[in-house]
Amino acid sequence: MEILLNKPGQKIILLGNEAIVRGALESGVNFVSTYPGTPASEIGNIFYKISKKAGVYFEFSTNEKVAMEAAAGASFSNLRSLAAMKNFGLNVASDFLLTLMYSGIRGGMVVFVADDPSCWSSAQSEQSTRLYSQMAHCPMLEPSTPQECKDFVKFAFELSEKFKIPIIIRTTTRASHQSAPVILGKIMKREKKAKFIKEPHQFSTMPPRVLEMKKELLEKIRKIQELSEQSKLNRGWASVNSKIGVITSGAPFLYVMEALKELNLKLPVLKLGFVYPLPEKKIKNFIKNLKKVLIVEELEPYLEREIKILAKDVNPKLEVIGKEKGPVEGGRIWRERKNILPEIGELKPEYVISAVAKLVGKRPRINFNEHLEKFEKLKIPPRPPILCTNPVCQYWSIIKAIKKVVDPQKVIFGGEIGCYMLFRHKVINLQDYLYCMGSANGIAHGISKATGGKQKVITFVGDSSFFHAGIPALINTIFNKSNPLIVILDNQTTAMTGHQPHPGVGKKPEEDGIEPIKIEEIVKACGVKNVKVIDQVASLKEFEVTLKEFLEKDETSVIVARHICALLEKAKLGKS
Amino acid sequence: MKNKNFNLVIIGVGGQGQITLLKVLAQAALIEGYDVKTSELHGLSQRGGSVEVHIRFGKEIFSPLVNQAGADLILALEFQEALRSLYYVAPKTKILINKYFLPIPGEPLISPNEILSQLKKFTSKIEIVEAAEICKKELAKEVFAGVYLLSFASNNNLIPLKPQSILKAIKKIIPEKYLELNLKTFDLAKG
Repeated sequence: MEILLNKPGQKIILLGNEAIVRGALESGVNFVSTYPGTPASEIGNIFYKISKKAGVYFEFSTNEKVAMEAAAGASFSNLRSLAAMKNFGLNVASDFLLTLMYSGIRGGMVVFVADDPSCWSSAQSEQSTRLYSQMAHCPMLEPSTPQECKDFVKFAFELSEKFKIPIIIRTTTRASHQSAPVILGKIMKREKKAKFIKEPHQFSTMPPRVLEMKKELLEKIRKIQELSEQSKLNRGWASVNSKIGVITSGAPFLYVMEALKELNLKLPVLKLGFVYPLPEKKIKNFIKNLKKVLIVEELEPYLEREIKILAKDVNPKLEVIGKEKGPVEGGRIWRERKNILPEIGELKPEYVISAVAKLVGKRPRINFNEHLEKFEKLKIPPRPPILCTNPVCQYWSIIKAIKKVVDPQKVIFGGEIGCYMLFRHKVINLQDYLYCMGSANGIAHGISKATGGKQKVITFVGDSSFFHAGIPALINTIFNKSNPLIVILDNQTTAMTGHQPHPGVGKKPEEDGIEPIKIEEIVKACGVKNVKVIDQVASLKEFEVTLKEFLEKDETSVIVARHICALLEKAKLGKS
Repeated sequence: MKNKNFNLVIIGVGGQGQITLLKVLAQAALIEGYDVKTSELHGLSQRGGSVEVHIRFGKEIFSPLVNQAGADLILALEFQEALRSLYYVAPKTKILINKYFLPIPGEPLISPNEILSQLKKFTSKIEIVEAAEICKKELAKEVFAGVYLLSFASNNNLIPLKPQSILKAIKKIIPEKYLELNLKTFDLAKG
């Protein structure tokens, strides 16, 4: 495994996420926890493979909040810990994070969060995690390249331990899933005896002590801000006499450099590695003599707003150009191209080339608008993702049964996050709403109560999703009595994110030999009376009959449709 | 190639092995001493949907994404998907197509002639290779068509990387149990 290669100075190709893993190994990380979610999934996948060899404790936790809490517990016990998740995972963990910031930590603790502009692998929203840094007062670093991914993680562990504060490393898809040569450092083995020393004064948040903790937190942030003013993570490229400059961070920085090269320009550039706290003096110094500054950033205009505020002090006439003005534009492909930069969707190098060109009054070599117009005329039919057909996904049997037995006009279908969110595909069309893990039954309950149980809801909940957040909503349908028919799609894995294990499959003898936690037992313990476990592929008829029977029930009913993911089944056959 | 960067987009349907091809190419570029960047997509986008991945190499590479109308070469692993690559195609761009169709669920198949007439509006440098057919016949595995296209491209000077470097990279990247078939595929496209 090349990622464990202990040859400092050697150059190997790493994916951004692999470089995050490497950075943690070079920091002597002891404890890693995660819940899978793309574009962050590889962090867990790699640690799952190497943890024994690397001497690191690793777990797939039941959800991101639990993962972060576990990592904090390890840090309280004086270990170095890493919790990794995708953007929506931080929403789940945020309840804990905001409080954790107040108390602080002991051993270095890094939280890795990956955003997904353009929603390449995200159903839910185009969320910007940067805004959490302000709300939580959590220092946040943003790497642009795999090399920086590795180096920033190492820096983050040092910073975290020095100030006893968790640090977020935030990437976007094009940083996490960018690969490039990385120069390796030394892998650090950090043998430290873990011990939790009691200190309730520090780790019990109760008023009025909690307000003192807030003071401690804000003082730490002030000090870290001072440090960020001097930090090499914020890099400037000067250019004499230019009255136009660019401020950027993360993957968009790469498009800025590409644009300057393409347009053969030398403009002053400030690349921010610290997105919170911002090096305000450094920014003020950068903008004080400029006439215009272009802000190149993805998702929310976070830097743009902050820089507008800073400009008021040092250069009130400065024109801060980004995406806040003009009509709302963008998408996976930015079609309108009227504004300087789009507000929706990820940035692409050609957008930044055009933006810089407009700013300095140059024309790009290629007429992008003309080319786009020609491309748009083609009207290529989209090919959205769909359930596997080769091998045949086990969910096709469920679709077949429902289409046979249920009148889709009379039933509402609620979805959740996993492969089965592809039930929205137009050739399947069995999804009337989709939000986040745990929400299918929460919403179904509301619909059932509102309509007096007249509009029946069938919900689809994945196995991993059920463990992640499905149980409270299920209990609510019993406690407050409603009548959804819940189909738990148990494919014995977390398929969409790359086949990670979950509590429902237990652990192999060579791991810890944990027995599977049976979904049907939990369901029964929650008070559900109508429960059946059916292999929908082997017993399609029984599945249909049960569907029919449960549709008539005036209370919650659950079918656990248990058949292993077709891809896993194929891989297992290949091995034997 | 001395001061120019090389920009390649591989387009196809999720599951056609784009990421493996990308890894091989990136390794080969590193072997030849180039700076290199790739951009790939994982997760949802891989489930039978359109997938495009990018690789750029040269003296100094910043962006992992190829510019609009900025590709030197397109490798299309599926015929219809070649259309989608036109976002990256300029008159200088070469398009190498695997003669292979995967229907788009719920859509009629677009005919090869229709596709070609659209492609020709953007570039005249189009080559169609019966990669899937040959791989199916010789190896009983269509999925190796990508490696076949790669070998074809390097042996016909469509990619400025030596076939030996790509072979070396294949040996490093491909797991032992698939190595022989991959090397065989690479040889097939030489002739």
